[in-house]
Amino acid sequence: MKITLFIPCFIDACFPKVGASAVEIFERLGHTIEYPQELTCCGQPAFNSGYWDETREVADKVLVRLKHSEVVVIVSGSCGAMIKNFYPQLYAGTGQEAAAKALAAKTYEFTDFLVSKLGVTDLGARFPHRVTFHDGCHGLRELGIKKQPRQLLAHVQGLELIEMSEAETCCGFGGTFSAKFPMISSAMGENKIGSALETGAEYIVSNDSSCLMHQQGLIDRQKKPLRTLHIAEILNTR
Amino acid sequence: MNDERENILGRIREALRLPAPVPGAHERQSAHPVSEREAAVHIPEWLPSVGVTFEERIALFQKNAAELKAQFVLLDGAEQLASQLREIAAAEGWKKVATHANELAECAANSLGLPVVRTDSGYDVHELESCDAGISTCEALVAQTGSVLVTSKSSGGRALSILPPHHVVIARREQLIADLPAAFALIKAKYGPENYPSLISFITGPSRTGDIERILVLGAHGPKKLTILCV
Amino acid sequence: MSTTPAAAEFKRDATTLTKDLRHRSLIRTALKKYEIARDSKKALFQDWQSARQTAAEIKWDAINHLDTHLADFARNLEARGTRVHWASNAEQAREIILTIVREKKASAIVKSKVMTGEEIHLNEALEKEGFEVVESDLGEFIVQLRKEPPYHFVFPAMHLTRGQISETFAKELGSAPTDSPEELTMIARRVLRGKYVTADIGISGANFGIAETGMISITENEGNARLTCALPKVHIALMGIEKILPKFEDLALFLPMLGTAGAGQTLTGYNSMYGGPRQPGETDGPEEFHVVLLDNKRTTLMADPEQRDALHCMRCGACLNVCPIYKNVGGHTYGTTYQGPIGSVITPHLRGLQQWKHLSFASSLCGGCTQACPVKIDLHHHLLQSRRNAIAQRPVWWEKIAFRALSYLFNHAGLFSLGMKLGRIGQIFHPLVKATRIDPAHAWTQSRELPKVAPETFREWWQHRK
Repeated sequence: MKITLFIPCFIDACFPKVGASAVEIFERLGHTIEYPQELTCCGQPAFNSGYWDETREVADKVLVRLKHSEVVVIVSGSCGAMIKNFYPQLYAGTGQEAAAKALAAKTYEFTDFLVSKLGVTDLGARFPHRVTFHDGCHGLRELGIKKQPRQLLAHVQGLELIEMSEAETCCGFGGTFSAKFPMISSAMGENKIGSALETGAEYIVSNDSSCLMHQQGLIDRQKKPLRTLHIAEILNTR
Repeated sequence: MNDERENILGRIREALRLPAPVPGAHERQSAHPVSEREAAVHIPEWLPSVGVTFEERIALFQKNAAELKAQFVLLDGAEQLASQLREIAAAEGWKKVATHANELAECAANSLGLPVVRTDSGYDVHELESCDAGISTCEALVAQTGSVLVTSKSSGGRALSILPPHHVVIARREQLIADLPAAFALIKAKYGPENYPSLISFITGPSRTGDIERILVLGAHGPKKLTILCV
Repeated sequence: MSTTPAAAEFKRDATTLTKDLRHRSLIRTALKKYEIARDSKKALFQDWQSARQTAAEIKWDAINHLDTHLADFARNLEARGTRVHWASNAEQAREIILTIVREKKASAIVKSKVMTGEEIHLNEALEKEGFEVVESDLGEFIVQLRKEPPYHFVFPAMHLTRGQISETFAKELGSAPTDSPEELTMIARRVLRGKYVTADIGISGANFGIAETGMISITENEGNARLTCALPKVHIALMGIEKILPKFEDLALFLPMLGTAGAGQTLTGYNSMYGGPRQPGETDGPEEFHVVLLDNKRTTLMADPEQRDALHCMRCGACLNVCPIYKNVGGHTYGTTYQGPIGSVITPHLRGLQQWKHLSFASSLCGGCTQACPVKIDLHHHLLQSRRNAIAQRPVWWEKIAFRALSYLFNHAGLFSLGMKLGRIGQIFHPLVKATRIDPAHAWTQSRELPKVAPETFREWWQHRK
């Protein structure tokens, strides 16, 4: 299968290993990767801030460029939700509504694509550590992804998954919210990290690097004994 | 205020000229696909289950009552009822009770040999307030929720079941009904559409509050105790 | 964001309370108890999701045919001797109630929980004319003594410890200090008992209004509403027009859903329907029953079909109880009658979008509220829509320029790559200003470390690999 990989802006810039891991995993599974380099962002920051005209300036390009792709995979639940759920709303009642819906239908979040579309749960990975899983809100509640990453982690050799009590509670990132209301955002993050620490895990793992970026920022500032890691990096270990 | 009636209804009609999206359309996975009104028929299938036989339902009522911290006693006949009531009266040191015109309730109350206040044809509120117990009948017992269904017509008015510190309900076995839909159907069949009592109330356990640190305290304003005697 | 007084207050109070770890743990402990109870009661439902869907459909019918249902409701109430009053706004509602109270020369008024009363500032209006008003719901009674607004529209005194309540009672009622919730409750019981028996007028709210039979339905745990509606000679119920349910039997679904979602109880202690004053042949109950129907901008919200479903709300508070924003900033910070997600959705409609839009932005859009809502209000998406509406109406100039520039940058990958290279240089010098006022990333770095641009970005990796 020819997979078009959409790499969100912050993964491109700050977490390239997440994208690289996805590329290597899919190639090992025998698929061909296409990376449209002219695309950089899905437009979510402007969208969530209420600037829908400016969002369409970015999204227009995404719609056109991905029109002929067979499937589109995104290594972020949040950006996945943007294209799958919010593009159709962004273009509701316009001439591009059909195109937005068509793109939404062939777009997948990374773990959902592996499990639901490819039917793969065992990638032969090995990661002998105790981890806890953070359900990113967009992946969980917009896209309904809950079991998929856990099925994948269950097949990782040596990995022990300990669920935290607040796995489904928002960590407080929320895109531009984290800068508009940093005090609320950070308090929410502290609760999240506190819940993760209670499990005794070494890593907070998620399928969303944006949440992890916020959590890691708090962990580093407060010098907590924890690290964050995107699930793709774990699945790419041997 | 008739003008305001027309103003409000006018604004509503104006607002409703644009149709709203169907309910739940935003949900990813849509639930049981049913249309508006047919849905109501299915309500019993979605509410907590209630069992089929009388034994199952009485056991469920008993379990719910216990969880709600209400006393539930199943008795055989009027004699047992009277002696049970005497036991409670002695244990709690009742000095005066209130009740209303009803064969079972009156008979039981009279057997106590205490002063009895009747709420049927006017009563003094202070006198009712000073009673140790209010003894009333009910419309039904609801197995699903452990509730006692009372109305102003069945249970001696509005205050008898709420003002004295101990509410004793006297019910007959055949008054046990399965669930909430059955309770509404019963009231509708008995009183509707013209003669509804001015108060219809589901009493589910004694008066309670959690307003202080979400800690349960019984007897916030209404009865501290609720006893259901079923014959 | 342009700052309005309400927004500035919100930010100020949120900053204080998010740092208050005692507050954080008090609220979390209280809501944890609720959560456990709710989950166990929800599990008793044979099919909670279908129940939610049906509840949403019934409320949709009620709201989208409200003109008919409301007219039926009023007619059926009037047929059995109830006086129905219509109030377009808060002032009219206050005047209607004051007229009744003046006419009766009331010496004491007892109130059970009425959120619409908070909305129209009823107590202030009554007290201004010299009438004594006592809140009878325990939580409301406590916050009334403290002269505070309710902290939560279902659990008004959730933010207080027993110690604080004991102090309040000692100061205002002269009672002996105690740390027992039971004793504190009994102190309130003794005080309020006297009030019920002597009050001339009882004022209540209404959780539902049944169009078919002309009844209001009141849900409570304490029995204070039962007493309020039983003993005084006059009963006045103040009800928002959106509280309508079409049919009597709809309550068979709504009462257990309200109890389960709102308080973690299959049914709350007392669920009572009132269809009129004392009827012929009845022994007690008020001589007069007045129902005051309040619009107060509900029709403005109704005129927005996209967000009309916010009128389906039955004020169970489930969305507040799961909201991580609410749990961290607390109820008073909102500065609204209705707190939490539902408050953030409806307040801009009721009190002005530009003045209250900050509540739409003060959300991580996590969707916990929407998932918890028993009538499926699309809460978090409404916050997103309000953001769009606010910006379309009045964009913030510098944000508009910034997002324009960002869109340009995102549409030119070469420029984006260059930006990353510049970022790599910039971050060498960043420690010099980090977390200070002149740090351009101050909003982030005041509490968090900034992520670093990688030595090799993904696109660089991809290009090198080929």
